[in-house]
Amino acid sequence: MDDLYREVIIEHYKNPGYRGRLDPYDIRFADNNPLCGDHIEITLRTDESGTITDARFDGHGCAISQASADLLVESIIGKSIEEVKHLNKEYILDMLGIDLGPVRLKCALLSLKVLKAGVYGLGEASDSLVE
Amino acid sequence: MCTCLLIDILTMLNINEIRNDFPIFQREVKPGVPLVYLDSTATSQKPLAVIEAMNDFYRRSNANIHRGVHTLAEEATELYEQSRVRIARFINASAAHQIIYTRNTTESINLVAYSWGRAHLKAGDLVILTEMEHHSNLVPWHILQAERGIELEFIPVTDDGLLDLEAYKTLLARSPKLVSFAHMSNVLGTINPAAEIIRLAHAAGAVTVVDAAQSVPHFKVDVQALEADFLAFSAHKMCGPTGIGVLYGKTALLESMPPFLGGGDMIKEVKLRSFRPNSLPYKFEAGTPAIAEAVGFGAAVDYLTSVGMDAIAAHEHEITEYALERLEEVPGVRVFGPSAQHKGGVTAFTLDGVHPHDVAQILDRDGVAVRAGHHCAQPLHEKFGIPASSRASFYLYNTKAEIDLLVNGIYKVKEMFG
Repeated sequence: MDDLYREVIIEHYKNPGYRGRLDPYDIRFADNNPLCGDHIEITLRTDESGTITDARFDGHGCAISQASADLLVESIIGKSIEEVKHLNKEYILDMLGIDLGPVRLKCALLSLKVLKAGVYGLGEASDSLVE
Repeated sequence: MCTCLLIDILTMLNINEIRNDFPIFQREVKPGVPLVYLDSTATSQKPLAVIEAMNDFYRRSNANIHRGVHTLAEEATELYEQSRVRIARFINASAAHQIIYTRNTTESINLVAYSWGRAHLKAGDLVILTEMEHHSNLVPWHILQAERGIELEFIPVTDDGLLDLEAYKTLLARSPKLVSFAHMSNVLGTINPAAEIIRLAHAAGAVTVVDAAQSVPHFKVDVQALEADFLAFSAHKMCGPTGIGVLYGKTALLESMPPFLGGGDMIKEVKLRSFRPNSLPYKFEAGTPAIAEAVGFGAAVDYLTSVGMDAIAAHEHEITEYALERLEEVPGVRVFGPSAQHKGGVTAFTLDGVHPHDVAQILDRDGVAVRAGHHCAQPLHEKFGIPASSRASFYLYNTKAEIDLLVNGIYKVKEMFG
């Protein structure tokens, strides 16, 4: 339990390195966690080869959702869109380095859901994207 | 002076005795950490008397109700109907048939929307709600709006969390068909002046629905004194089980309404191509109901009556005053809703720089259970410009010492996010 608020999480929540919005952008997607009203928007820039050259997140929510969004966005710069399509739940949990119960898991995975809905060009960020 | 002292003693709860009535307080949330349950607005804890009543039913009397002639069926029917009588008495309904068993407050309001609403509302008809409603008193009307083209207007909430009654009077000039409102807000704790709202609605020719989910459990509610047309509440918020609630309605209104759900028990006669509905209250109780839960519900109102609703209300008021005082002293805490004078035992708050989920999660370490989120009142949170809040709520079993633990916990959260 004490692990849940590891320093890395509080640090990324309080001083996110990648909070903001790219303008112009190549890909943008936003969605809410209906349970708690957390909101995440992700904007990406890509080059011709499909590599992500820059990324930002914006929104509001708990420390878990915002820190995982910051860590995720930081980690995908330099990755290809195809690679991002294969990211899963374990990828986020490894970065956070914590175990989460079912309620907080939704907070942690919101940014990945939003990112994947964006790169797949979907209308909605569904849970099945991160299972 | 003597009389005052006497009243004081009579209204004071023996809190240790009451806590002993609730088995759950014997558990620790984790080793060495007792439970500080501040989430009774979501659901209350259950006294042993309720748990035992339901257990006894399953151990001794379990059978399906009505029509059966064997001993158990008769016993089960008797217990099920006795609870209805006790619930009727609890809210001072004039007849037991005015108590319709439903699943919960939400289903009760849906029953009104689907049955009364579809029979009486047409395109352009006005329904007045308020800005502090729970989703359960918004979405049924949204659905009817989409289906029928009814119009919805909302009594505004002032900055200090009260209903703007002047604005309400202006809305009433548009001859609404229905006014449906929360007796007590599940977020702000505001106790709305139900009798006045109903009186004004009646003067304008409107029917009224009272969402009493938060009021009936916490203070004495008299449906005849209120002159409520419909009033809805749930057992699980008043020491009873989940899965059962009540719709109270005036007899003439209930009789004029078409059935809601169709099936067994709600019929007098069925032919291949037609049916005749049963009389009240069975007309609205299709299928096998929550029988053991009805028995538990009866035990819950008995329990609350034995403690005394006035004593419960006085105790909660004292706890709420203390909670407001302690919370407001914490820098960065913002409490929503009116002063204790207009408020029941619900305190929604935010802490600067920390999301309510994180507040709730960190409080949970010390066994303090509060809720975080929008508490099924998203529009109200939007109104106050916040995505979510933390909510501590109180009932007859809470103590000032628990408020101190809550406040200590909030200081810990501040330290952590410092």
